[in-house]
Amino acid sequence: MAAARALINVPPKARRGEVIGIKSLISHEMETGFRPNATGQLIPRNIIKEFVCTYNGVEVFRAEFFPAVSANPFVSFTTRATESGTITMTWTGDNGFHASESVAITVE
Amino acid sequence: MTELLTTAVTRRRFLIGAGGAVMVMAAPSARAQFVAEGEARSAAMRAAIKAIVGENSLPQGRIKIELPPLVENGNAVPLSIAVESPMTDADHVKAIHVFTEKNPQPNVAVFQLGPRAGTADIQTRMRLADTQLVVAVAEMSDGSFWRDEVEVVVTLAACLEES
Amino acid sequence: MISRWRIAAALAVIGATFPAIAEIPMSERKSGYDFMGKQTQAMQDDDTANAGMLWVLDGEALWKRHAGAANKSCADCHGDASASMKGVAARYPAFSPALGRAVNLEQRINSCRAERQQAKPLAYESKDLLALTAFIGRQSRGLPITVADDAGTRKAIESGRATFTRRQGQLNLSCAQCHDDNWSGRLAGAPVTQGQPTGYPIYRLEWQNLGSLQRRLRNCLTGIRTIVPALGAQELVELELYLMWRARGMTLETPGVRP
Repeated sequence: MAAARALINVPPKARRGEVIGIKSLISHEMETGFRPNATGQLIPRNIIKEFVCTYNGVEVFRAEFFPAVSANPFVSFTTRATESGTITMTWTGDNGFHASESVAITVE
Repeated sequence: MTELLTTAVTRRRFLIGAGGAVMVMAAPSARAQFVAEGEARSAAMRAAIKAIVGENSLPQGRIKIELPPLVENGNAVPLSIAVESPMTDADHVKAIHVFTEKNPQPNVAVFQLGPRAGTADIQTRMRLADTQLVVAVAEMSDGSFWRDEVEVVVTLAACLEES
Repeated sequence: MISRWRIAAALAVIGATFPAIAEIPMSERKSGYDFMGKQTQAMQDDDTANAGMLWVLDGEALWKRHAGAANKSCADCHGDASASMKGVAARYPAFSPALGRAVNLEQRINSCRAERQQAKPLAYESKDLLALTAFIGRQSRGLPITVADDAGTRKAIESGRATFTRRQGQLNLSCAQCHDDNWSGRLAGAPVTQGQPTGYPIYRLEWQNLGSLQRRLRNCLTGIRTIVPALGAQELVELELYLMWRARGMTLETPGVRP
């Protein structure tokens, strides 16, 4: 499988206690499993099933996806800036799909 | 030879398919079946909601869905959900569940959040197979459930590949 | 199925009812962006929400990757793309005096691969060619579309214009009948638009993928039920060039998002 490309947006700096917006986009076809191919056979499902965001190792947000989530899934959510450190996003799915991206945040 | 055979089969399939489509419009029994399928899908959505909410009441309020009034393409419909909540340890949104009425499967996504989220404000993009109802359910830390629902009109894109 | 028939019927009505008007006045030209809902516009405006940026990032990696028998990267010759590629996509397709014909950006990338990298050409609509095109196109975002003024270019533009205005296919429609004469109308609920090529390659929600202008043109040609030229056909390159000339001065938005 080709490597997935992810794009995440977290403000590099925030004030302690501030609610920050986090946006994430990842390349994935999100094949539903409900579509027939040219010969009428169903194309097997191939989706991202889970998206998890951790902040210095502590889970702060989680999403479970079904086939109705669009291709190249986009999710935007918020979290409270508590301390400087690392925000990590992980996507897992069918056929052993796994991707992870991390970004540093400085909290003052 | 193989190619010719395939073409012949495809044509016949097309004719059967076309005949079937005419029957849907003409025969009352086929029409009834179409309606029954729609009801079954609605029932599937109700069952999926009940699996989350159980016997709890599910009033409308506190949660708000925002979807474009007229969807330009059902493959990627921007969906915003916001829940009114102080998002404190004592009072916060635990999860948001999204359902549709006429997609092949009623579940769309589940978002799990907690007091650290600061707000319950989520955006994503979803697929909508047809004009239909979208329902979002907020599961709160006090055990209550709240819902919002929106009827969305999906337009058909013109000039597609293989049309 | 029935809905598709309705679209065909609506297209047939356009062909039969409306007299030809003329080219769109410069001041009335509108990008496909202007016909979209605000939510779809927001997808394009925000780089983290614009799925086309995933291909731009892939293209950036490819730009630096060594390829072919010459083991060279694009960057080895062209350096920093933000400087060297600025404005390039805004002036393609361009007439090549050496080849004696118009060449689009995809073909230009492939000739660079053949001559400088001694690498195999990238297939049309392949992920890598789309990624490189998107990355190069991104360097011209915000710049005006420009078309050279020389005899070779003018001849190719005229050839493209002839394709644009020629009635063809089972519906006997020309591109101009929809996109010059009826761009303010709607077809099956969707705006017809002017067909201005301001954002290519685009992330089209319908495709759930990035795609080239030629892919989009082939969609249109399928819609009017005509014989669709292969990707890379000279007729399509000249049509691309005509469309860019028609959109001259308009702002490039690459990577655009369209429904």
